[in-house]
Amino acid sequence: MNQPLVEIRDLKYVYPDGTAALRGVSFAVGRGESVGIIGANGAGKSTLLLHLVGCLSATAGQLTISGTPVQAGTLTSVRRSVGLVFQNPDDQLFMPTVRDDVAFGPRNQGLPEADVATRVREALAAVDADGLIDRPPYRLSGGEKRAVSIATVLAMLPEILVLDEPTAGLDPRARRHVIDLLNRLDHTRIVASHDLDLICDVCQRVILLHRGQVAADGSCQAVFSQAELLAECGLEPPLSRQGCPVCRSR
Amino acid sequence: MRRVETALQDLACLEELAEGRSWLHRIEARAKILVTLAYVVVVASWPPRAAVELLPLAAYPLVLFLGARLPARILRRPMLIALLLAGAVGAANPLLDREPVRLGTDLVLAGGWLSLASIILRAVLGVSAALGLIATTGMGRLAHGLKRLGVPRIAVTQLLFLYRYAFLLGSNAQAMSRARELRGGGRPLQLAAYGPLVGHLLLRTLDRAERIHQAMCCRGFQGDVPVGGEAHFGWGDGLFLSGWCLFFLLLRGGSGVACLGAWVSGVVA
Repeated sequence: MNQPLVEIRDLKYVYPDGTAALRGVSFAVGRGESVGIIGANGAGKSTLLLHLVGCLSATAGQLTISGTPVQAGTLTSVRRSVGLVFQNPDDQLFMPTVRDDVAFGPRNQGLPEADVATRVREALAAVDADGLIDRPPYRLSGGEKRAVSIATVLAMLPEILVLDEPTAGLDPRARRHVIDLLNRLDHTRIVASHDLDLICDVCQRVILLHRGQVAADGSCQAVFSQAELLAECGLEPPLSRQGCPVCRSR
Repeated sequence: MRRVETALQDLACLEELAEGRSWLHRIEARAKILVTLAYVVVVASWPPRAAVELLPLAAYPLVLFLGARLPARILRRPMLIALLLAGAVGAANPLLDREPVRLGTDLVLAGGWLSLASIILRAVLGVSAALGLIATTGMGRLAHGLKRLGVPRIAVTQLLFLYRYAFLLGSNAQAMSRARELRGGGRPLQLAAYGPLVGHLLLRTLDRAERIHQAMCCRGFQGDVPVGGEAHFGWGDGLFLSGWCLFFLLLRGGSGVACLGAWVSGVVA
């Protein structure tokens, strides 16, 4: 593996109501890797992602991004390196127009307005959403909102792109568009999803979470071939690996 | 349920109108804010029984609506609310103030009727000017204009969030109300169910607001919504501002205004 860009050691997190969401998660992600985080509902995927950008602070354990520990004093630099795309695009888009929303991050970085405009243009072009620049976000379709959400993060030029359920609620065409888009990006990617076919298409490596612990960590081929383990963890193999439901042929 | 939907549509409609390209849309936000502020002050500054004298002030909202081609329907619901409130405020005036006031040569009215008409007229003028301002500027540019005028950033941020959360609260209320209606068997909501429903709505909205805040923090938010674009206050903006302010001053204080008021009074009488 390359020099770890993300390193997590024995990460534990307990919610204020006493729910233990993470019970000692450890793994490392190298530069340029594309890693899928899978698991049933409540397995701890979203909680883990929120730790990567310092929205939640671990109860115990260590988390470093490029060697920098994620803690109160380092959040600004960590959030420059890690861009999180939230599960619900409506949570991500809060400004009156797409232009203002995509410009929000670069402006907070203190860039001159000319550079902000360039970043906005490039980020929207990267997700094929140039035409949406003056639209109000709440008027966009689900697929457009998702693309613009990704652009809001790309405009900050992050090193690591973290996506929480990027295809949730999308129709097949919009879903395919997001998959193509993710495959075009050369960032280090961490993608949490129930859409295991998306993970197959976008990631080389999969980390399976079960009740707040890593149940498996390996290549897509290695993890998705363990049907029993997947079943134990409340999942099924990706549809593309289940074969035809009528004749059972692959 | 329908009321929530319509309120959300009204808000969205104002934002869409604000994307227009008329000459009024191109006027810099600061100029429009200052003119509207001056307008509200002038409207409020007339004596309590001034009603006919206020009529020439309708010129400003009329220019906003006609110049920016704003549809009159956006006035309907806000105006209804404003009229109800203004009516409630001044309803007792005709009973409390019975002093006869002569209008023109033949018409004599109790002073209370005039002050009631004045309150209603002020509400109509104020609401139409405010809606005209929002519909030709948009909340984003309005907030940035306020910020450039020196309004504390915390107040501007609050304004933007309030506006954004109105959509959130509305869409949550809409979803909950629809879910209740579908399982309600056509029966109206019982009073006892309102408490849990509103409490749940608040919790859901807080939860969502927290996620939005997290998303903002992830993109470098540190308590200040950055101002976008290079706003340029040009000659046209200065002319707009000074022209309207001069007009208001003339109407309020100039001798020509007294003549105008007398003329309008004569025509009405």
